[in-house]
Amino acid sequence: MSSEVRFTDFKSDKQPTWCPGCGDFGTMNGMMKALANTGNDPDNTFVVAGIGCSGKIGTYMHSYALHGVHGRALPVGTGVKLANPDLEVMVAGGDGDGYSIGAGHFIHAVRRNVDMTYVVMDNRIYGLTKGQASPTSREDFETSTTPEGPKQPPVNPLALALSAGGSFIAQSFSTDAQRHTEIVQKAIEHDGFGFVNVFSPCVTFNDVDTYDYFRDSIVDLDDEDHDPTDRDAAKEKILDADKEYQGILYQNEESVPYSELHGLDSNMADIPDGAPEGAMDLVREFY
Amino acid sequence: MPDDLNWAIGGEAGDGIDSTGKIFAQALSRAGRHVFTSKDFASRIRGGYTAYKIRSSTDRVESVVDRLDILVALTERTIDENLDELHDDSVIIYDGERTEMEDIEIPGEMTGLSVPLQRLAEEAGGAIMQNIVALGAACEVTNFPIENLDSALEKKFGSKGESIVSNNKEAARKGQEFVAEEFDHEFDYDLDTTDNDYVLLNGDQAIGMGAIAAGCRFYAGYPITPATDVMEYLTGRIEQFGGEVVQAEDELSAINMALGAARAGARSMTATSGPGIDLMTETFGLVATSETPLVIADVMRSGPSTGMPTKQEQGDLNMTLYGGHGEIPRFVLAPTNVAECFQKTVEAFNLAEKYQTPVFLLADLSMAVTEQTFEPETFDMDAVEIDRGKIVDDDEVEAWTDERDRFQPHFSTADGVSPRALPGTKNAAHMSTGLEHNSLGRRTEDTDVRIEQVDKRNRKVETAKEQEDWSPREFGDSDSDNLVISWGSNEGAMREALEFLDEEDIDVRFLSVPYIFPRPDLSDDIEAADEVIVVECNESGQFADVLEHDALTRVKRVNKYNGVRFKADELAEDIKEQLQSEEVTA
Ligand SMILES: Cc1ncc(C[n+]2csc(CCOP(=O)(O)OP(=O)(O)O)c2C)c(N)n1
Ligand code: SF4
Repeated sequence: MSSEVRFTDFKSDKQPTWCPGCGDFGTMNGMMKALANTGNDPDNTFVVAGIGCSGKIGTYMHSYALHGVHGRALPVGTGVKLANPDLEVMVAGGDGDGYSIGAGHFIHAVRRNVDMTYVVMDNRIYGLTKGQASPTSREDFETSTTPEGPKQPPVNPLALALSAGGSFIAQSFSTDAQRHTEIVQKAIEHDGFGFVNVFSPCVTFNDVDTYDYFRDSIVDLDDEDHDPTDRDAAKEKILDADKEYQGILYQNEESVPYSELHGLDSNMADIPDGAPEGAMDLVREFY
Repeated sequence: MPDDLNWAIGGEAGDGIDSTGKIFAQALSRAGRHVFTSKDFASRIRGGYTAYKIRSSTDRVESVVDRLDILVALTERTIDENLDELHDDSVIIYDGERTEMEDIEIPGEMTGLSVPLQRLAEEAGGAIMQNIVALGAACEVTNFPIENLDSALEKKFGSKGESIVSNNKEAARKGQEFVAEEFDHEFDYDLDTTDNDYVLLNGDQAIGMGAIAAGCRFYAGYPITPATDVMEYLTGRIEQFGGEVVQAEDELSAINMALGAARAGARSMTATSGPGIDLMTETFGLVATSETPLVIADVMRSGPSTGMPTKQEQGDLNMTLYGGHGEIPRFVLAPTNVAECFQKTVEAFNLAEKYQTPVFLLADLSMAVTEQTFEPETFDMDAVEIDRGKIVDDDEVEAWTDERDRFQPHFSTADGVSPRALPGTKNAAHMSTGLEHNSLGRRTEDTDVRIEQVDKRNRKVETAKEQEDWSPREFGDSDSDNLVISWGSNEGAMREALEFLDEEDIDVRFLSVPYIFPRPDLSDDIEAADEVIVVECNESGQFADVLEHDALTRVKRVNKYNGVRFKADELAEDIKEQLQSEEVTA
């Protein structure tokens, strides 16, 4: 890790094909800044991306990366981090990717508390497949597949994370660059699974959850004297359906990440040229 | 006096059948006898018939036969379930003092030995040892030195304290003495012992052991019969070698975790059975296009759907060969016995890394739960070689960068194998993706690049076909016009079937194929033979289909799909029948 790393070192030479104005630009910039600010460089960073407009992030960033199949980014990130604890692992994807097809993995990744950062670009719609309802879409949000609205309540990802034992739960707004960067940075610094749900508006398919909407409704937790270590306070805020919060809702300062609990500290890529020493004992067990 | 013994203990699931059977198997193995075990079990933990069967001889045993000499029957149903295999000289040991067993009828000329298992066990310290009393009785019936049983009991219960061990030894003695005193000594069995040292293990354990030997450090899986033993074996052991087992939330997660670990540079694997393989299928393509080395074991059971989870079948050949959308270069290895589960696992890791592909290990239930004896040297750790393929270090990166100094993880080489930079390597940061990509790993829909990359990936398979040995193993009479071909775990039964056929002066050339893809080209062998029969445990003859396709000719088939593995004597009959039949049944 070198101190000369600048956030632009995390930029690939590929121009994003996101729609002009897409919230994902801001989300990505904040991620790159946060990575650089925390002393990482592209050669020790691994970004796992989901599928969706959001998932294209792996292409536009420069680092080791994997762009996998829809909904499975968290398991990939888990494998990367456990195999090589020296890597800074960041997983990114959309609300459909993370809370629909990948919902099961989300809960379990939260529980598992592997030391990585999960950034969800929540635009409350499916962007890449051109505007269908997502699990965070509003109950009455009309889309191509839900002409009268989904008629079911949206999932509350923060509540899912809290109930699954989340150790770092935060929310940010992609266009509030400084605050968003700071929150992702804290997620990276957190010892354990750092989860950030980012409001990352889709300017093409979502005319309800827009920049204007978020700008008008967001309440910053720093202005509310919120104590993120107070789980009950976090619960109250997270379950408050009328407000859109920005900031760290909950952080468990006692969090012990998976690798530490399981005593994993070496790079599993380093293996001997032949069977490991003591392998014959494995055979003798069967006498 | 036969030295070849077929012994079984059967009862209700939950009666400790498995552990008792295992103790006896170990006693036999420790006495220098070969052992081959099989299990009849149902998919329930309590209730439902279950049995543990042992075939043992001083010669090697590779299969089961349709014969049962000594049966410890803890329930009346156990006798019914095994009626077909019992014969006039069979001995049935049961507890006639238990009310349910009072009126039991011993079929035909068989000998019934009513031994008060429960009462004697109580006298020795607890009813729980009734099965051990039965083992003592079996020692007496077979003239098998009970000291060997003592040593197996020490191994099993040693950690639980001296009194548990001595109580069990005492229980065994009571069974032995009861038989000696109460019955006239005219049993037809006389088991020899030898000085040979054998190890006794099953296929799942051998896969796990092979994985550790090959430097596998990461395993992610989700429990499923009959693959769970791989995970249970690795748990607690792989950690001692710096690795980790993760029980994932499902198979989708398992294979993706394993993929992630492999991307990070660890030798990594997952194992599952049919239903789990289905769930993993989407990721096969990602493994292949991202050129990630990954070992995926499918320990087959009877399908489709949930099928018969505790029964044998080789029905997933097509799934591992063709599964996944699009076209996926891959290797499929099919170990033919327990020892080969070890060797092929090691081979699978080397192939995966040398060619940066998914490698499937196609094992099956029969092999996975079968314990077999081997000379310890069969698992020769010194012979394990690790070939990590084309991994480039910091200094080599530059040779593989483009004019703008960007590393090309999918550079189209002559052999199809690209340089591989593990994360952390300087100046080689790159993205891998399931999208079609160029040499940099970046998405493309360029028609030429598409063709170049598809061809490049397939070239790896061509290279491997040339560079690796995919030969079958040959048994029987190499000059015979009768050719039998099988794959996977049928080898043992078929080898023994050759002896049965030989006794009837039927000569057969037998090729056992441990590779499904790439596989040996058997066209010439098939053409040269008058009769060709392909043996497999499935209904349609999936391997027969691919061989017909390769050789452009029809073959005969012997298929078994009732959930039970081939028995050597029965297989010999089936072969004989097919040889005599005019028709090619396909
Ligand atoms: C197994 C599978 N099902 C469906 C798709 C099609 N698909 C691609 S992206 C996507 C939704 C993405 O939505 P979201 O995660 O919200 O990301 P966004 O595009 O809005 O950033 C779907 C359904 C797929 N690629 N794979
Ligand atoms: S469709 Fe929506 S989410 Fe996708 S790039 Fe355009 S604005 Fe962004």
